[in-house]
Amino acid sequence: MLQKRMTATLLPSRPDLRASLRRYLRVVFGMLCLTLALPGGESGPVSPAAAQTTPVVLPLSVTEIAPGVFVHQGAYALFAPSNRGDIANLSFVIGRDAVAVIDTGGSLAIGQALRAAIRTVTDKPIRYVINTHMHPDHLFGNAAFVDDRPEFIGHHKLARALAARAERYLALNAQWLGPDAFAGTRLIVPTRSVENRSVIDLGERELILEAQPTAHTDNDLTIQDTASGTLFLGDLLFMRHVPVLDGSIRGWLALISRLEQVAAARVVPGHGPPVAAWPEAVQPQKQYLQRISSDVRRMIKEGRSITEAAATVGLSEKEAWLLFDEFNARNVTAAFAELEWE
Amino acid sequence: MTELIARRSVLYLVGAVITGLPVTLARAEDDPWPGLHQDVFRNRPISEEDGLVTLEAPVRAEDAALVPLTVKIDRDKASAPLTLTLLIDKNPAPVAATFFFGEGSGEIVLSTRVRIDAYSNVRAVVETSAGTLHMTTRYVKASGGCSAPAQKDAELADAELGQMQLRQFDGGLPASTSREAQLMIRHPNYSGMQMNQLTGYYIPAKFITDVEVKRGDALVFRMEGGISLSADPNIRFTFRTTGPGDVLTVAAKDTDGRVLRGSWPVKSGKES
Ligand SMILES: [Zn+2]
Repeated sequence: MLQKRMTATLLPSRPDLRASLRRYLRVVFGMLCLTLALPGGESGPVSPAAAQTTPVVLPLSVTEIAPGVFVHQGAYALFAPSNRGDIANLSFVIGRDAVAVIDTGGSLAIGQALRAAIRTVTDKPIRYVINTHMHPDHLFGNAAFVDDRPEFIGHHKLARALAARAERYLALNAQWLGPDAFAGTRLIVPTRSVENRSVIDLGERELILEAQPTAHTDNDLTIQDTASGTLFLGDLLFMRHVPVLDGSIRGWLALISRLEQVAAARVVPGHGPPVAAWPEAVQPQKQYLQRISSDVRRMIKEGRSITEAAATVGLSEKEAWLLFDEFNARNVTAAFAELEWE
Repeated sequence: MTELIARRSVLYLVGAVITGLPVTLARAEDDPWPGLHQDVFRNRPISEEDGLVTLEAPVRAEDAALVPLTVKIDRDKASAPLTLTLLIDKNPAPVAATFFFGEGSGEIVLSTRVRIDAYSNVRAVVETSAGTLHMTTRYVKASGGCSAPAQKDAELADAELGQMQLRQFDGGLPASTSREAQLMIRHPNYSGMQMNQLTGYYIPAKFITDVEVKRGDALVFRMEGGISLSADPNIRFTFRTTGPGDVLTVAAKDTDGRVLRGSWPVKSGKES
């Protein structure tokens, strides 16, 4: 009887619920059209106004941190209509022959503004768009570069990670940014994946792309510019913005130890200032992650609950970070669920 | 049974289509509770917030894919057998799990982890052996975010699928015959909600449907669960010991018909 009772609740049996399901389905299919638009295709559901008048795209502000290496610093903020998803650092590197873009921002609008910034500096072809990982603030601007016909490059696990998440990412980001800021945003999946290590030639400068093991996410890619010695770390490096754990805390700490040995003239964090010194830049993040992992391990050992851990662990680090309250408890929760299997 | 499970997963899948949606669609006038009250409890009278059952839930779900819930049932007011139903009003499959407690259960303090897709009421409803219903409700704000209901490390999830661990704890409980343990199952509990953007097809649901925990022959609890339970299902529970030599056995089943079994001698000292 209980069995039956439970099964009955799984499907809306009442007419009003069925009606709302139909309504939901209509919206979902509407969204799918938006989602599955292919690179190069006509971007369907853009507002008619955009088609008639050429919208003025204001270029993003960028800093030249090394010869031919430009970085736009994103805001220390969550997605909001006011920032249009401009919350992550976005970079481009100019070689003799071509330009490579590293991360594209959290919406089509920001991707277009980044492209405009590139065009104020160079008219060389944009041949590569590299995504450091799966998070929306780093790749929802990809669509702005479709007409350049670049290779879209990511970690070999990026496509799989997006397959499982993109629908939700699109829905949530549409909600957070609002219809104006999100207009035209769609997912552009990688056309080239990096298994292990891959080299891109921009002409007199090469970019070395390395697929990293699970750390911030399970699809983090680092990019080293050989000409300037600049290392782009994506969200493997957070500065001022509290680190966000969406992969493995053990993996992340192990990777930091390894990356600390890498010689880099400078690094670009995924969130933080446009440029920083290496390996000094990673020390606060390392301290934060070590604190979380050792406190969580202790609480697991003491038989404490995940709820208790989420409420208390890491609080001593609060003053050192922005957006701490938005992410700390979630980091602790994720660390707990990982470390209790040790 | 197989057919039931297959049918179930189809139904879950239907529910799953709803999830990727902006929370704004869930408007206030779409209060699902009257319908749930009808469908799950046939509109029987329910005593609310009467102290028989209490529910601890975060005000804000830090990780919408992993929201810890703790339920306590006052055994002075209710004796076994008991049924506990956990509901999340706004989830596509609102019944997260149903637990049936047997004679092996002691004090009832039970914690598990659920997915919460939208700002939602979360309910714990107890049916006593006398047939009365008792409910407590908490409102949880799901913050969503990058925490899509997917595995953080997809490869590891596949490689370790089916592993089980049982941790045992000591102390903190008033009745000396009650002990506390935590069952952990490595399982992606795929909700069937994630659509593969490359193929346009939904990744099929694959989740734990049944868990049974016994102390010797005595039932501690049996659980029927669905896609609203978090990946790597995790149940912290209490049970009654009878003395040295007690063994806890666990049998779990998933939608693919995979059966997982394990047994652990009850420890007398500190936790493992
Ligand atoms: Zn990130």
